[in-house]
Amino acid sequence: MDFYNEMIDANGGVRPHYKGYEDWLKATPPERIARKRAEADLAFHRVGITFAVYGEEAGKERLIPFDIIPRVIPAPEWKSLRSGLRQRVKALNMFLHDVYHDQEILKAGKIPAEQVLKNAQFRPEMMGVDLPGQVYAHIAGVDIVRAGAGEFYVLEDNLRVPSGVSYMLEDRKMMMRLFPELFAKHKVAPVQHYPDMLLEKLRAVAPKGVSNPTVVVLTPGAYNSAYFEHTFLAQQMGVELVEGRDLFVKDEVVYMQTTQGPQRVDVIYRRLDDDYMDPLAFRADSSLGVPGILKAYQAGNVTLSNAIGTGVADDKSIYPYVPDMIRFYLGEEPILNNVPTYMCRKPDELKYVLDHLAELVVKEVHGAGGYGMLVGPASTKEQIEHFRQLLIAKPDGYIAQPTLALSNCPTFVEEGIAPRHLDLRPFVLSSGKCVDMVPGGLTRVALTKGSLVVNSSQGGGTKDTWVLED
Amino acid sequence: MLSRTADHLFWMSRYIERAENLARLLDVTWQMSLVPQPVETINQSWNAIIALNSLEETYSAKYSEVNGENVLKFMVSDADNFASIHSCLRMARENAHAVRGTLTTEMWETLNSTWLEAREKTFDQLFNAGIGDYFEWVKMRSSLSRGTTLGTLLQDDAYHFIRLGTLLERADNTARILDVKYHVLRPTGDEGATDFYEWGALLRSVSAFEVYRKVYRDVITPERVAELLIFNQDMPRSLQFCLNSVIKILELIANSNSGETQRQAGMLHAQLRYGRIEDILDHGLHEWLSDFMDRIYLLGNGISKDFLVPMEEAA
Repeated sequence: MDFYNEMIDANGGVRPHYKGYEDWLKATPPERIARKRAEADLAFHRVGITFAVYGEEAGKERLIPFDIIPRVIPAPEWKSLRSGLRQRVKALNMFLHDVYHDQEILKAGKIPAEQVLKNAQFRPEMMGVDLPGQVYAHIAGVDIVRAGAGEFYVLEDNLRVPSGVSYMLEDRKMMMRLFPELFAKHKVAPVQHYPDMLLEKLRAVAPKGVSNPTVVVLTPGAYNSAYFEHTFLAQQMGVELVEGRDLFVKDEVVYMQTTQGPQRVDVIYRRLDDDYMDPLAFRADSSLGVPGILKAYQAGNVTLSNAIGTGVADDKSIYPYVPDMIRFYLGEEPILNNVPTYMCRKPDELKYVLDHLAELVVKEVHGAGGYGMLVGPASTKEQIEHFRQLLIAKPDGYIAQPTLALSNCPTFVEEGIAPRHLDLRPFVLSSGKCVDMVPGGLTRVALTKGSLVVNSSQGGGTKDTWVLED
Repeated sequence: MLSRTADHLFWMSRYIERAENLARLLDVTWQMSLVPQPVETINQSWNAIIALNSLEETYSAKYSEVNGENVLKFMVSDADNFASIHSCLRMARENAHAVRGTLTTEMWETLNSTWLEAREKTFDQLFNAGIGDYFEWVKMRSSLSRGTTLGTLLQDDAYHFIRLGTLLERADNTARILDVKYHVLRPTGDEGATDFYEWGALLRSVSAFEVYRKVYRDVITPERVAELLIFNQDMPRSLQFCLNSVIKILELIANSNSGETQRQAGMLHAQLRYGRIEDILDHGLHEWLSDFMDRIYLLGNGISKDFLVPMEEAA
């Protein structure tokens, strides 16, 4: 398979937007680079920018490896990506509003109704609930890869509780601290205003009539894998980081317990899945949520961000229909490509998938984080057979896609500098008609040679992402 | 601020202060045990430490005999003993971890690295390297924690709750040290030299030896030691000093529920402000200290109820 290299073109020359970095890398003594890399490691450890890994020893925290070779995106490419992301997220939010109101798209037959209404992520509790600005996914993390000759594809839309933005910010901080001279030479678009932008969006979607809303970040607690990020965002926005037990509902209004008595809460940036939000409405065994919060939400007395029920739009079984949503709601042709997707619930497509397992990537419809997926070309016969059984047993639980030739980028690894595959997760913020993002996003890189899985839980690392200004 | 955050901060500082005072108490007991005296007397003072923390059952389940090494092992590095220095440092770190966004980087790193370092060493390693050095280390880490708090933290509610935890814990611990030592020391009568070393060690355990000299410019007597630790308003580890600060902080953080707690604190403070050592000794120091510790305990409960785990009904 041929891969698109972000830095080097097909003739072995350095792409223009990497020229400056490449010159610098050549001119910098290896000892200095080595020293700086060690410094970065130490700093990340000391500050404790770690994440917990599920399935390993309880409470074990690991560092996400950081690579000092940035992923550089030239201005014209970013402009087109940005338009594509705005278009896509706008359509997804319109879809969510529609699905929980008049369901025009289902009536028009663009998406089979049972695909939506029987989806486990569809929340009937949200039918007819009006949200400020009609926005459901205030924060979307859209995973984008580059394949083939360099065209961009959307791999998935994360509309529930997308994480990773703290690494984007910390990576930039680290690069500026280690190599200020690089930033003097390049016009790198800044990203550090993300928390400001987020706070502005959260305030903009406060319940009607609230002029100075109290915003909080809701975390499942210190043992959650993304706890560092929750702390970080709350601190950067200057709002309280709360747990479910700090909140209570009285007369359909949400309060937090403070040392000065109960204080009303208007907007909750929640980093907790729907299922755990309200033991009275969803999982009764959840001790992480807030009893009665759904009622307060339905009454319009509090804004949850993201909304309850966004999962129905980022589910992998809905993903194939996103281009149609864009055409249906916006009357535009999609700017970003979707990856061709086989829906295993359709018998003929299942048959194709079973016959080509060794070439395809198979994903659980509700899976996330790189858990529960099969990368055909990189798997053993046993793994493939195992998935074959899973597919036959529960075809509607899976989709399959061709294995994309993900682009790669030179990366520091044990044997020196070698190409490794990567993706990009821009964080798209919406409130009402306004869809914004800071330039770039989080670049994740698969550090294992040949691996196409970039998730940090699967041993992936990160790179600073540079959008070069004209 | 968020009640749970205040709660974690309050307990974070209590645990680090408790670790420090326990190190002080164990240190002075260890030093006293090195002065020639009957074995029973020595073991009596080790026993008092177990009794002081109501740990008789937990202790006897693990050790058949009360002696210096066993008690030290139990109180220094036993992870199963929730009152050991090891457990206190762990709890201080866990509380800090839960609210690390509220702490400054320096504060978090101090408590985190203290715990990481503490869990590295086995008791035998500590003991063989000189247990006195370990007690010094604990005291220094606690000082560092206070220092980073004072030197880096915004003096808002977070700071007030941290200080409140430190002062309540310290008042309780100073009373305990005085109680257990006074109890053991008093009957020994007029053996001048031993008395001097023992009272000297007690004063050193609360960093008050030089203070005593400065204040009294005279020989060490038990009555004055008690007076110093209870009534001196300028010594940072005396009961009056602690209560002076507690009532000031309570005024700063007061809310609509805290009136009764403030009143209780005020009463306790008045006793220290206007009391006399003679009256206390006539009445019985042990009784007085027991009563004081009970009231500190109730004060802690009041603070907890008013600020840290308020009832929803208040809405």
